[in-house]
Amino acid sequence: MINVKDLTKRYARTTAVDHISFEVAQGQIVGFLGPNGAGKTTTMRMLTCFLPPSSGTATVAGFDVLEQPLQVKKRIGYLPETPPIYPEMSTSEYLRFVGKLKGLSGAELDRRVDYVCGRCAVAEVKTKLLGKLSKGYRQRVGLAQAIIHNPDVLILDEPTAGLDPKQINETRDLIKDLAGEHTIILSTHILPEVEQTCQQVIIINRGKLVATDSVRNLQARARGAESVLIEVAGRAEVLDPLMVQRKLEQVPGIARVVAKQEFDSRLVFELETSKGRFVRGDVARAVVESGWDLNELRPAAMSLEEVFLQLTGEDAAKPEETPVEVHA
Amino acid sequence: MRNVWIICRKELGSYFVSPVAYILLIMFGLIFGFFFWNALGAFVFESIQSQMSGRSFPMNLNEWIIRPLLSNVSVIGLFFIPMITMRLFAEEKRTGTIELLVTSPVRDIEIILGKWLASVALYACLLVFTALNFALLFRYGNPDWKPLLVGYLGLLLQAGALLAIGTFISTLTKNQIIAGAVTFGVCLLLWVLEWVSGYETSAWARVLAYMSVITHFESFGKGVLDSKDAVFYITVIFLGLFFTARSMESLRWRS
Repeated sequence: MINVKDLTKRYARTTAVDHISFEVAQGQIVGFLGPNGAGKTTTMRMLTCFLPPSSGTATVAGFDVLEQPLQVKKRIGYLPETPPIYPEMSTSEYLRFVGKLKGLSGAELDRRVDYVCGRCAVAEVKTKLLGKLSKGYRQRVGLAQAIIHNPDVLILDEPTAGLDPKQINETRDLIKDLAGEHTIILSTHILPEVEQTCQQVIIINRGKLVATDSVRNLQARARGAESVLIEVAGRAEVLDPLMVQRKLEQVPGIARVVAKQEFDSRLVFELETSKGRFVRGDVARAVVESGWDLNELRPAAMSLEEVFLQLTGEDAAKPEETPVEVHA
Repeated sequence: MRNVWIICRKELGSYFVSPVAYILLIMFGLIFGFFFWNALGAFVFESIQSQMSGRSFPMNLNEWIIRPLLSNVSVIGLFFIPMITMRLFAEEKRTGTIELLVTSPVRDIEIILGKWLASVALYACLLVFTALNFALLFRYGNPDWKPLLVGYLGLLLQAGALLAIGTFISTLTKNQIIAGAVTFGVCLLLWVLEWVSGYETSAWARVLAYMSVITHFESFGKGVLDSKDAVFYITVIFLGLFFTARSMESLRWRS
Protein backbone atom coordinates (compact mmCIF):
# COMPACT_ATOMS: atom_id res chain seq x y z
CA MET A 1 0.00 0.00 0.00
CA ILE A 2 2.77 2.35 0.94
CA ASN A 3 6.17 2.09 -0.60
CA VAL A 4 8.97 4.36 0.53
CA LYS A 5 12.39 4.24 -1.04
CA ASP A 6 15.44 6.27 -0.03
CA LEU A 7 13.19 9.10 1.06
CA THR A 8 15.25 12.13 2.06
CA LYS A 9 14.36 15.61 3.22
CA ARG A 10 17.09 18.18 3.50
CA TYR A 11 16.73 21.68 4.83
CA ALA A 12 19.28 24.42 4.50
CA ARG A 13 21.46 23.16 7.32
CA THR A 14 20.03 19.88 8.48
CA THR A 15 18.86 16.61 7.05
CA ALA A 16 15.54 15.86 8.68
CA VAL A 17 14.99 12.51 7.01
CA ASP A 18 17.88 10.53 5.65
CA HIS A 19 17.36 7.78 3.07
CA ILE A 20 14.47 6.00 4.70
CA SER A 21 12.99 2.96 3.03
CA PHE A 22 10.09 0.84 4.17
CA GLU A 23 6.93 -0.83 2.98
CA VAL A 24 3.54 -1.13 4.52
CA ALA A 25 1.16 -3.85 3.41
CA GLN A 26 -2.55 -3.29 3.05
CA GLY A 27 -4.60 -3.37 6.23
CA GLN A 28 -1.68 -3.13 8.61
CA ILE A 29 -1.23 -0.78 11.53
CA VAL A 30 2.30 0.50 11.59
CA GLY A 31 3.78 2.42 14.46
CA PHE A 32 6.27 5.09 13.63
CA LEU A 33 8.45 5.30 16.67
CA GLY A 34 11.14 7.77 17.56
CA PRO A 35 12.10 10.47 20.00
CA ASN A 36 10.92 14.01 19.42
CA GLY A 37 12.64 15.55 16.44
CA ALA A 38 13.52 12.21 14.89
CA GLY A 39 11.84 13.05 11.59
CA LYS A 40 8.48 11.34 12.10
CA THR A 41 6.38 14.34 11.23
CA THR A 42 8.55 15.24 8.26
CA THR A 43 8.21 11.73 6.85
CA MET A 44 4.45 11.80 7.31
CA ARG A 45 4.22 15.20 5.69
CA MET A 46 6.06 13.86 2.68
CA LEU A 47 3.65 10.93 2.46
CA THR A 48 0.68 13.28 2.57
CA CYS A 49 2.17 15.52 -0.16
CA PHE A 50 2.43 18.42 2.26
CA LEU A 51 6.21 18.51 1.81
CA PRO A 52 8.02 17.42 -1.32
CA PRO A 53 10.93 15.04 -0.72
CA SER A 54 14.45 16.26 -1.55
CA SER A 55 15.24 12.89 -3.06
CA GLY A 56 13.91 9.38 -3.11
CA THR A 57 10.40 8.24 -3.87
CA ALA A 58 7.25 7.44 -1.99
CA THR A 59 4.17 5.86 -3.47
CA VAL A 60 0.77 5.46 -1.89
CA ALA A 61 -1.56 2.92 -3.46
CA GLY A 62 0.71 2.97 -6.48
CA PHE A 63 0.68 6.74 -6.97
CA ASP A 64 3.83 8.81 -6.58
CA VAL A 65 3.61 11.69 -4.12
CA LEU A 66 5.46 14.04 -6.47
CA GLU A 67 3.99 12.95 -9.79
CA GLN A 68 0.33 12.41 -8.91
CA PRO A 69 -0.32 14.30 -5.67
CA LEU A 70 -4.05 14.67 -6.28
CA GLN A 71 -4.48 10.90 -6.64
CA VAL A 72 -2.47 10.34 -3.46
CA LYS A 73 -4.39 12.96 -1.53
CA LYS A 74 -7.69 11.36 -2.48
CA ARG A 75 -6.57 8.11 -0.89
CA ILE A 76 -5.09 9.53 2.30
CA GLY A 77 -6.71 10.66 5.49
CA TYR A 78 -4.37 12.75 7.58
CA LEU A 79 -4.53 13.86 11.17
CA PRO A 80 -1.70 16.29 11.93
CA GLU A 81 -0.29 16.66 15.42
CA THR A 82 -2.77 19.39 16.28
CA PRO A 83 -6.18 18.62 14.81
CA PRO A 84 -6.72 21.06 11.92
CA ILE A 85 -10.03 22.46 13.09
CA TYR A 86 -11.69 25.84 12.62
CA PRO A 87 -12.85 26.99 16.06
CA GLU A 88 -15.71 29.03 14.63
CA MET A 89 -17.34 26.04 12.93
CA SER A 90 -19.64 23.49 14.50
CA THR A 91 -18.69 19.83 14.33
CA SER A 92 -21.14 18.95 11.58
CA GLU A 93 -20.39 22.10 9.57
CA TYR A 94 -16.70 21.26 9.78
CA LEU A 95 -17.14 17.61 8.78
CA ARG A 96 -19.34 18.66 5.87
CA PHE A 97 -16.73 21.16 4.75
CA VAL A 98 -13.93 18.60 4.88
CA GLY A 99 -16.14 16.02 3.18
CA LYS A 100 -16.80 18.41 0.32
CA LEU A 101 -13.11 19.23 0.05
CA LYS A 102 -12.41 15.53 -0.29
CA GLY A 103 -14.93 15.28 -3.09
CA LEU A 104 -18.09 14.03 -1.39
CA SER A 105 -21.48 15.55 -2.12
CA GLY A 106 -25.21 15.09 -1.78
CA ALA A 107 -26.67 12.10 0.00
CA GLU A 108 -23.30 10.40 0.24
CA LEU A 109 -21.91 13.36 2.15
CA ASP A 110 -24.79 13.24 4.65
CA ARG A 111 -24.34 9.51 5.05
CA ARG A 112 -20.60 9.75 5.64
CA VAL A 113 -20.94 12.62 8.11
CA ASP A 114 -23.45 10.60 10.15
CA TYR A 115 -21.29 7.53 9.90
CA VAL A 116 -18.05 9.14 11.09
CA CYS A 117 -19.88 10.98 13.87
CA GLY A 118 -21.09 7.64 15.18
CA ARG A 119 -17.80 5.92 14.58
CA CYS A 120 -15.71 8.50 16.41
CA ALA A 121 -18.31 9.15 19.11
CA VAL A 122 -18.79 12.82 18.35
CA ALA A 123 -22.48 12.63 17.51
CA GLU A 124 -23.45 14.30 20.79
CA VAL A 125 -21.38 17.41 20.01
CA LYS A 126 -22.53 17.72 16.41
CA THR A 127 -23.98 21.19 16.86
CA LYS A 128 -21.31 22.52 19.22
CA LEU A 129 -18.63 24.92 18.11
CA LEU A 130 -15.26 23.23 17.73
CA GLY A 131 -13.56 26.01 19.67
CA LYS A 132 -15.59 25.04 22.72
CA LEU A 133 -14.79 21.33 22.64
CA SER A 134 -12.38 19.58 24.99
CA LYS A 135 -9.06 18.30 23.71
CA GLY A 136 -10.35 14.73 23.61
CA TYR A 137 -13.32 15.67 21.48
CA ARG A 138 -11.18 17.76 19.16
CA GLN A 139 -8.90 14.81 18.64
CA ARG A 140 -11.86 12.62 17.78
CA VAL A 141 -13.25 15.23 15.42
CA GLY A 142 -9.77 15.25 13.88
CA LEU A 143 -9.98 11.49 13.41
CA ALA A 144 -13.49 11.81 12.02
CA GLN A 145 -12.32 14.28 9.38
CA ALA A 146 -9.44 11.96 8.47
CA ILE A 147 -11.75 9.03 7.70
CA ILE A 148 -14.65 10.99 6.20
CA HIS A 149 -13.85 10.02 2.61
CA ASN A 150 -13.11 6.43 3.55
CA PRO A 151 -9.44 6.61 2.52
CA ASP A 152 -7.27 3.59 1.89
CA VAL A 153 -4.52 4.99 4.07
CA LEU A 154 -4.74 6.79 7.38
CA ILE A 155 -1.79 8.82 8.60
CA LEU A 156 -2.01 9.88 12.23
CA ASP A 157 0.63 12.09 13.77
CA GLU A 158 0.80 11.50 17.53
CA PRO A 159 -2.92 10.84 17.82
CA THR A 160 -2.82 10.52 21.60
CA ALA A 161 -0.54 13.44 22.45
CA GLY A 162 -1.94 15.69 25.11
CA LEU A 163 -4.87 13.49 26.07
CA ASP A 164 -5.64 12.19 29.53
CA PRO A 165 -5.27 8.44 30.19
CA LYS A 166 -8.94 7.67 29.66
CA GLN A 167 -9.04 9.55 26.38
CA ILE A 168 -5.81 7.87 25.32
CA ASN A 169 -7.39 4.46 25.80
CA GLU A 170 -10.51 5.49 23.91
CA THR A 171 -8.46 6.85 21.03
CA ARG A 172 -6.33 3.71 20.87
CA ASP A 173 -9.38 1.51 20.82
CA LEU A 174 -10.84 3.61 18.06
CA ILE A 175 -7.67 3.32 16.01
CA LYS A 176 -7.55 -0.43 16.48
CA ASP A 177 -11.16 -0.53 15.45
CA LEU A 178 -10.42 1.33 12.25
CA ALA A 179 -7.59 -1.01 11.32
CA GLY A 180 -9.79 -3.46 9.47
CA GLU A 181 -10.79 -0.92 6.85
CA HIS A 182 -7.70 1.20 6.47
CA THR A 183 -3.97 0.88 6.32
CA ILE A 184 -2.75 2.97 9.22
CA ILE A 185 0.53 4.67 10.00
CA LEU A 186 0.65 6.34 13.36
CA SER A 187 3.57 8.10 14.93
CA THR A 188 4.33 8.20 18.59
CA HIS A 189 7.13 8.44 21.07
CA ILE A 190 5.27 6.33 23.61
CA LEU A 191 6.31 2.68 23.50
CA PRO A 192 3.34 0.99 25.14
CA GLU A 193 1.16 2.66 22.56
CA VAL A 194 2.92 0.79 19.79
CA GLU A 195 2.72 -2.38 21.79
CA GLN A 196 -1.01 -2.01 22.24
CA THR A 197 -2.09 -0.84 18.83
CA CYS A 198 0.40 -1.75 16.14
CA GLN A 199 1.47 -4.87 14.33
CA GLN A 200 4.61 -3.47 12.81
CA VAL A 201 7.11 -0.94 14.13
CA ILE A 202 9.36 1.41 12.27
CA ILE A 203 11.90 3.03 14.52
CA ILE A 204 13.69 6.13 13.39
CA ASN A 205 16.15 8.40 15.10
CA ARG A 206 17.85 11.57 13.87
CA GLY A 207 16.27 11.04 10.48
CA LYS A 208 17.66 7.55 10.01
CA LEU A 209 15.84 4.27 9.98
CA VAL A 210 16.97 2.25 12.98
CA ALA A 211 14.81 -0.85 12.75
CA THR A 212 11.69 -2.26 11.27
CA ASP A 213 10.28 -5.23 13.04
CA SER A 214 7.04 -6.79 14.05
CA VAL A 215 5.79 -5.84 17.46
CA ARG A 216 5.85 -9.48 18.50
CA ASN A 217 9.57 -9.75 17.84
CA LEU A 218 10.24 -6.56 19.66
CA GLN A 219 8.23 -7.78 22.57
CA ALA A 220 9.97 -11.11 22.50
CA ARG A 221 13.27 -9.35 22.86
CA ALA A 222 11.83 -7.59 25.82
CA ARG A 223 10.31 -10.61 27.51
CA GLY A 224 13.15 -11.56 29.83
CA ALA A 225 14.47 -15.11 29.47
CA GLU A 226 13.37 -15.58 25.91
CA SER A 227 16.75 -14.97 24.47
CA VAL A 228 20.07 -16.13 25.85
CA LEU A 229 23.61 -15.31 24.80
CA ILE A 230 26.14 -18.04 25.27
CA GLU A 231 29.87 -18.26 24.66
CA VAL A 232 31.42 -21.64 24.33
CA ALA A 233 35.07 -22.59 23.96
CA GLY A 234 36.86 -25.89 23.41
CA ARG A 235 39.30 -27.09 26.05
CA ALA A 236 42.08 -28.32 23.79
CA GLU A 237 40.56 -28.71 20.35
CA VAL A 238 39.06 -26.14 17.98
CA LEU A 239 35.32 -26.55 18.01
CA ASP A 240 33.21 -27.23 14.97
CA PRO A 241 30.50 -24.56 15.10
CA LEU A 242 27.97 -26.79 13.38
CA MET A 243 28.44 -29.53 15.91
CA VAL A 244 27.98 -27.16 18.82
CA GLN A 245 24.94 -25.66 17.22
CA ARG A 246 23.37 -29.08 16.77
CA LYS A 247 24.11 -29.97 20.35
CA LEU A 248 22.49 -26.75 21.59
CA GLU A 249 19.45 -27.31 19.44
CA GLN A 250 18.86 -30.58 21.23
CA VAL A 251 18.45 -28.90 24.59
CA PRO A 252 14.77 -28.98 25.43
CA GLY A 253 13.01 -25.63 25.22
CA ILE A 254 15.34 -24.10 22.64
CA ALA A 255 13.47 -22.79 19.63
CA ARG A 256 16.31 -21.47 17.53
CA VAL A 257 20.08 -21.16 17.66
CA VAL A 258 21.84 -18.38 15.84
CA ALA A 259 25.61 -18.27 15.49
CA LYS A 260 26.64 -14.74 16.31
CA GLN A 261 30.40 -14.57 16.40
CA GLU A 262 33.38 -16.80 16.03
CA PHE A 263 36.75 -16.09 17.60
CA ASP A 264 39.66 -18.47 17.16
CA SER A 265 38.33 -21.06 19.55
CA ARG A 266 35.39 -19.32 21.10
CA LEU A 267 31.90 -19.37 19.67
CA VAL A 268 29.04 -17.07 20.54
CA PHE A 269 25.44 -18.11 19.97
CA GLU A 270 22.15 -16.51 20.58
CA LEU A 271 19.51 -18.93 21.75
CA GLU A 272 15.86 -18.21 21.39
CA THR A 273 13.75 -20.16 23.78
CA SER A 274 10.14 -21.06 23.58
CA LYS A 275 7.96 -18.79 25.56
CA GLY A 276 8.21 -18.86 29.31
CA ARG A 277 10.87 -21.57 29.57
CA PHE A 278 13.80 -21.13 31.80
CA VAL A 279 16.59 -22.95 30.00
CA ARG A 280 19.84 -21.55 31.24
CA GLY A 281 20.49 -24.45 33.61
CA ASP A 282 19.89 -27.05 30.92
CA VAL A 283 22.04 -25.20 28.44
CA ALA A 284 24.91 -24.90 30.87
CA ARG A 285 24.70 -28.59 31.74
CA ALA A 286 24.63 -29.58 28.07
CA VAL A 287 27.75 -27.56 27.34
CA VAL A 288 29.69 -28.76 30.31
CA GLU A 289 28.70 -32.39 29.79
CA SER A 290 30.01 -32.18 26.23
CA GLY A 291 33.37 -31.31 27.68
CA TRP A 292 33.45 -27.70 26.50
CA ASP A 293 34.06 -24.58 28.45
CA LEU A 294 31.18 -22.32 29.23
CA ASN A 295 32.68 -18.82 29.17
CA GLU A 296 29.56 -16.78 29.32
CA LEU A 297 25.86 -17.30 29.66
CA ARG A 298 23.52 -14.39 30.06
CA PRO A 299 19.98 -13.53 29.22
CA ALA A 300 19.62 -10.99 26.44
CA ALA A 301 16.74 -9.52 28.31
CA MET A 302 15.65 -5.97 27.69
CA SER A 303 12.58 -3.99 28.35
CA LEU A 304 10.97 -2.38 25.35
CA GLU A 305 12.39 0.91 26.53
CA GLU A 306 15.85 -0.55 26.54
CA VAL A 307 15.39 -2.09 23.13
CA PHE A 308 14.32 1.28 21.91
CA LEU A 309 17.15 3.16 23.57
CA GLN A 310 19.66 0.67 22.32
CA LEU A 311 18.35 0.83 18.79
CA THR A 312 18.27 4.58 18.73
CA GLY A 313 21.74 4.68 20.27
CA GLU A 314 20.83 6.93 23.13
CA ASP A 315 23.65 6.08 25.50
CA ALA A 316 22.70 8.26 28.39
CA ALA A 317 19.99 5.97 29.62
CA LYS A 318 21.66 2.73 28.70
CA PRO A 319 21.05 0.09 31.35
CA GLU A 320 23.79 -1.65 33.29
CA GLU A 321 25.13 -4.74 31.62
CA THR A 322 23.30 -7.76 32.96
CA PRO A 323 25.71 -9.66 35.21
CA VAL A 324 26.93 -13.01 34.03
CA GLU A 325 24.98 -15.87 35.47
CA VAL A 326 26.16 -19.39 35.28
CA HIS A 327 24.01 -22.23 36.42
CA ALA A 328 26.12 -25.30 36.45
CA MET B 1 -14.45 25.23 -9.98
CA ARG B 2 -16.48 23.36 -7.39
CA ASN B 3 -13.56 23.45 -5.00
CA VAL B 4 -13.16 27.21 -5.47
CA TRP B 5 -16.77 27.60 -4.42
CA ILE B 6 -16.35 25.33 -1.38
CA ILE B 7 -13.35 27.34 -0.14
CA CYS B 8 -15.04 30.64 -0.90
CA ARG B 9 -18.17 29.64 1.03
CA LYS B 10 -16.07 28.56 3.99
CA GLU B 11 -14.15 31.85 4.01
CA LEU B 12 -17.31 33.92 3.81
CA GLY B 13 -18.70 31.76 6.60
CA SER B 14 -15.79 32.56 8.87
CA TYR B 15 -16.03 36.28 8.05
CA PHE B 16 -19.69 36.35 9.00
CA VAL B 17 -19.58 33.95 11.94
CA SER B 18 -16.92 36.00 13.67
CA PRO B 19 -17.57 39.70 14.36
CA VAL B 20 -14.99 40.66 11.71
CA ALA B 21 -17.43 41.20 8.85
CA TYR B 22 -19.98 43.06 10.98
CA ILE B 23 -17.43 45.40 12.49
CA LEU B 24 -16.01 46.20 9.08
CA LEU B 25 -19.51 46.76 7.69
CA ILE B 26 -20.57 48.99 10.58
CA MET B 27 -17.40 51.07 10.52
CA PHE B 28 -17.51 51.45 6.78
CA GLY B 29 -21.21 52.32 6.91
CA LEU B 30 -20.57 55.00 9.52
CA ILE B 31 -17.64 56.51 7.69
CA PHE B 32 -19.31 56.50 4.32
CA GLY B 33 -22.55 57.77 5.82
CA PHE B 34 -20.67 60.76 7.17
CA PHE B 35 -19.01 61.44 3.81
CA PHE B 36 -22.38 61.19 2.08
CA TRP B 37 -24.12 63.48 4.53
CA ASN B 38 -21.27 65.94 4.19
CA ALA B 39 -21.33 65.91 0.40
CA LEU B 40 -25.10 66.30 0.38
CA GLY B 41 -24.91 69.21 2.83
CA ALA B 42 -22.31 70.96 0.70
CA PHE B 43 -24.41 70.37 -2.40
CA VAL B 44 -27.54 71.83 -0.84
CA PHE B 45 -25.59 74.79 0.54
CA GLU B 46 -24.02 75.54 -2.83
CA SER B 47 -27.29 75.27 -4.72
CA ILE B 48 -29.06 77.62 -2.30
CA GLN B 49 -26.16 80.07 -2.60
CA SER B 50 -26.25 79.99 -6.36
CA GLN B 51 -30.00 80.63 -6.32
CA MET B 52 -29.71 83.50 -3.86
CA SER B 53 -27.00 85.14 -5.91
CA GLY B 54 -29.51 85.25 -8.73
CA ARG B 55 -27.11 83.74 -11.20
CA SER B 56 -28.33 80.22 -10.72
CA PHE B 57 -26.38 77.64 -12.72
CA PRO B 58 -27.39 74.01 -13.14
CA MET B 59 -25.79 71.65 -10.64
CA ASN B 60 -25.28 68.02 -11.52
CA LEU B 61 -25.66 65.29 -8.88
CA ASN B 62 -23.21 63.03 -10.66
CA GLU B 63 -20.56 65.67 -10.81
CA TRP B 64 -21.12 67.11 -7.34
CA ILE B 65 -21.83 64.02 -5.26
CA ILE B 66 -21.34 60.68 -6.96
CA ARG B 67 -17.96 61.31 -8.53
CA PRO B 68 -16.18 62.71 -5.44
CA LEU B 69 -17.81 60.12 -3.21
CA LEU B 70 -16.68 57.27 -5.44
CA SER B 71 -13.09 58.43 -5.25
CA ASN B 72 -13.52 58.80 -1.49
CA VAL B 73 -14.63 55.17 -1.35
CA SER B 74 -11.60 54.12 -3.33
CA VAL B 75 -9.40 55.75 -0.67
CA ILE B 76 -11.39 54.49 2.33
CA GLY B 77 -11.08 51.06 0.77
CA LEU B 78 -7.30 51.23 1.15
CA PHE B 79 -7.80 51.23 4.91
CA PHE B 80 -10.27 48.38 4.97
CA ILE B 81 -8.57 46.02 2.53
CA PRO B 82 -5.73 45.00 4.91
CA MET B 83 -8.33 44.09 7.51
CA ILE B 84 -10.10 41.87 5.02
CA THR B 85 -7.08 39.98 3.74
CA MET B 86 -4.79 39.77 6.75
CA ARG B 87 -6.27 36.57 8.16
CA LEU B 88 -6.74 34.69 4.89
CA PHE B 89 -3.58 32.60 5.06
CA ALA B 90 -1.84 33.86 8.20
CA GLU B 91 -4.56 32.40 10.42
CA GLU B 92 -4.53 29.03 8.67
CA LYS B 93 -0.77 28.88 9.04
CA ARG B 94 -0.94 29.74 12.71
CA THR B 95 -3.58 27.17 13.63
CA GLY B 96 -2.22 24.49 11.31
CA THR B 97 -5.42 24.16 9.29
CA ILE B 98 -3.35 24.95 6.20
CA GLU B 99 -2.21 21.31 6.45
CA LEU B 100 -5.78 20.19 5.99
CA LEU B 101 -6.26 22.34 2.89
CA VAL B 102 -2.97 21.43 1.31
CA THR B 103 -3.35 17.68 1.93
CA SER B 104 -6.86 17.65 0.51
CA PRO B 105 -7.31 16.74 -3.15
CA VAL B 106 -7.57 20.41 -4.11
CA ARG B 107 -5.22 22.45 -6.28
CA ASP B 108 -3.35 25.37 -4.74
CA ILE B 109 -4.86 27.75 -7.24
CA GLU B 110 -8.36 26.66 -6.21
CA ILE B 111 -7.59 27.48 -2.58
CA ILE B 112 -6.16 30.86 -3.57
CA LEU B 113 -9.02 31.78 -5.89
CA GLY B 114 -11.60 30.74 -3.31
CA LYS B 115 -10.05 32.89 -0.64
CA TRP B 116 -9.54 35.86 -2.92
CA LEU B 117 -13.10 35.69 -4.23
CA ALA B 118 -14.39 35.62 -0.65
CA SER B 119 -12.45 38.78 0.13
CA VAL B 120 -13.82 40.46 -3.01
CA ALA B 121 -17.31 39.40 -1.97
CA LEU B 122 -16.87 40.96 1.47
CA TYR B 123 -15.66 44.17 -0.15
CA ALA B 124 -18.72 44.09 -2.41
CA CYS B 125 -20.84 43.89 0.75
CA LEU B 126 -19.21 47.14 1.89
CA LEU B 127 -20.16 48.71 -1.42
CA VAL B 128 -23.79 47.78 -0.79
CA PHE B 129 -23.80 50.45 1.95
CA THR B 130 -22.75 53.07 -0.55
CA ALA B 131 -25.46 51.87 -2.90
CA LEU B 132 -28.06 52.34 -0.14
CA ASN B 133 -26.94 55.95 0.24
CA PHE B 134 -26.89 56.58 -3.50
CA ALA B 135 -30.38 55.12 -3.73
CA LEU B 136 -31.57 58.22 -1.85
CA LEU B 137 -30.23 60.37 -4.67
CA PHE B 138 -32.28 58.39 -7.15
CA ARG B 139 -35.35 58.76 -4.94
CA TYR B 140 -35.18 62.53 -4.68
CA GLY B 141 -33.06 63.51 -7.66
CA ASN B 142 -32.31 62.39 -11.13
CA PRO B 143 -28.69 61.37 -11.45
CA ASP B 144 -27.35 59.34 -14.34
CA TRP B 145 -26.92 55.67 -13.36
CA LYS B 146 -24.46 54.63 -16.05
CA PRO B 147 -21.40 56.46 -14.67
CA LEU B 148 -22.27 55.06 -11.24
CA LEU B 149 -22.17 51.51 -12.57
CA VAL B 150 -18.83 52.12 -14.25
CA GLY B 151 -17.61 53.62 -10.99
CA TYR B 152 -18.61 50.48 -9.10
CA LEU B 153 -16.86 48.32 -11.65
CA GLY B 154 -13.75 50.42 -11.15
CA LEU B 155 -13.99 50.11 -7.37
CA LEU B 156 -14.30 46.34 -7.60
CA LEU B 157 -11.36 46.08 -9.97
CA GLN B 158 -9.21 48.33 -7.82
CA ALA B 159 -10.13 46.46 -4.66
CA GLY B 160 -9.58 43.15 -6.45
CA ALA B 161 -6.03 44.24 -7.25
CA LEU B 162 -5.26 45.36 -3.69
CA LEU B 163 -6.96 42.28 -2.23
CA ALA B 164 -4.78 40.08 -4.43
CA ILE B 165 -1.70 41.87 -3.06
CA GLY B 166 -3.06 41.47 0.48
CA THR B 167 -3.68 37.76 -0.10
CA PHE B 168 -0.10 37.36 -1.22
CA ILE B 169 1.24 39.18 1.83
CA SER B 170 -0.91 37.02 4.09
CA THR B 171 0.89 33.89 2.85
CA LEU B 172 4.22 35.28 4.00
CA THR B 173 3.61 35.21 7.75
CA LYS B 174 1.80 33.41 10.54
CA ASN B 175 1.01 36.68 12.21
CA GLN B 176 -2.16 38.48 11.19
CA ILE B 177 -0.97 41.82 12.54
CA ILE B 178 2.20 41.68 10.47
CA ALA B 179 0.21 40.72 7.38
CA GLY B 180 -2.23 43.56 8.02
CA ALA B 181 0.43 46.18 8.71
CA VAL B 182 2.50 45.30 5.65
CA THR B 183 -0.56 45.23 3.42
CA PHE B 184 -1.62 48.60 4.76
CA GLY B 185 1.83 50.04 4.08
CA VAL B 186 1.83 48.70 0.54
CA CYS B 187 -1.68 50.00 -0.13
CA LEU B 188 -0.75 53.42 1.17
CA LEU B 189 2.42 53.54 -0.93
CA LEU B 190 0.54 52.49 -4.05
CA TRP B 191 -1.86 55.35 -3.36
CA VAL B 192 0.68 58.15 -2.87
CA LEU B 193 3.00 57.06 -5.69
CA GLU B 194 1.24 59.39 -8.09
CA TRP B 195 2.38 62.41 -6.06
CA VAL B 196 5.74 62.32 -7.81
CA SER B 197 4.03 63.34 -11.03
CA GLY B 198 3.32 66.70 -9.38
CA TYR B 199 6.91 67.92 -9.63
CA GLU B 200 8.75 65.37 -11.76
CA THR B 201 8.35 64.50 -15.40
CA SER B 202 11.20 62.04 -15.88
CA ALA B 203 10.53 58.54 -17.12
CA TRP B 204 10.98 57.21 -13.59
CA ALA B 205 8.38 59.52 -12.21
CA ARG B 206 5.97 58.49 -14.92
CA VAL B 207 6.53 54.82 -14.17
CA LEU B 208 5.91 55.43 -10.48
CA ALA B 209 2.80 57.44 -11.17
CA TYR B 210 1.58 54.73 -13.50
CA MET B 211 1.92 52.17 -10.70
CA SER B 212 -0.34 54.17 -8.44
CA VAL B 213 -3.67 52.42 -8.03
CA ILE B 214 -5.50 55.70 -7.60
CA THR B 215 -4.61 57.31 -10.95
CA HIS B 216 -6.22 54.39 -12.74
CA PHE B 217 -9.45 54.97 -10.91
CA GLU B 218 -9.91 58.54 -12.17
CA SER B 219 -11.47 57.56 -15.48
CA PHE B 220 -13.76 55.02 -13.79
CA GLY B 221 -14.83 57.71 -11.35
CA LYS B 222 -15.83 59.93 -14.22
CA GLY B 223 -17.90 57.12 -15.64
CA VAL B 224 -15.48 56.41 -18.47
CA LEU B 225 -14.64 52.78 -19.04
CA ASP B 226 -11.03 52.93 -20.19
CA SER B 227 -9.64 49.54 -21.19
CA LYS B 228 -6.10 50.68 -20.38
CA ASP B 229 -7.00 51.17 -16.72
CA ALA B 230 -9.04 47.97 -16.56
CA VAL B 231 -6.06 46.09 -17.98
CA PHE B 232 -3.83 47.62 -15.30
CA TYR B 233 -6.05 46.33 -12.50
CA ILE B 234 -6.49 42.93 -14.07
CA THR B 235 -2.73 42.64 -14.48
CA VAL B 236 -2.19 43.46 -10.81
CA ILE B 237 -4.83 40.90 -9.80
CA PHE B 238 -3.14 38.30 -11.94
CA LEU B 239 0.31 39.13 -10.57
CA GLY B 240 -0.90 39.14 -6.97
CA LEU B 241 -2.52 35.73 -7.30
CA PHE B 242 0.46 34.40 -9.22
CA PHE B 243 2.82 35.44 -6.44
CA THR B 244 0.44 33.92 -3.90
CA ALA B 245 0.68 30.61 -5.73
CA ARG B 246 4.47 30.82 -5.84
CA SER B 247 4.56 31.68 -2.17
CA MET B 248 2.35 28.71 -1.26
CA GLU B 249 4.65 26.47 -3.19
CA SER B 250 7.76 27.84 -1.51
CA LEU B 251 6.04 27.43 1.83
CA ARG B 252 6.29 23.70 1.29
CA TRP B 253 9.86 23.70 0.15
CA ARG B 254 10.90 25.78 3.12
CA SER B 255 8.85 24.76 6.12
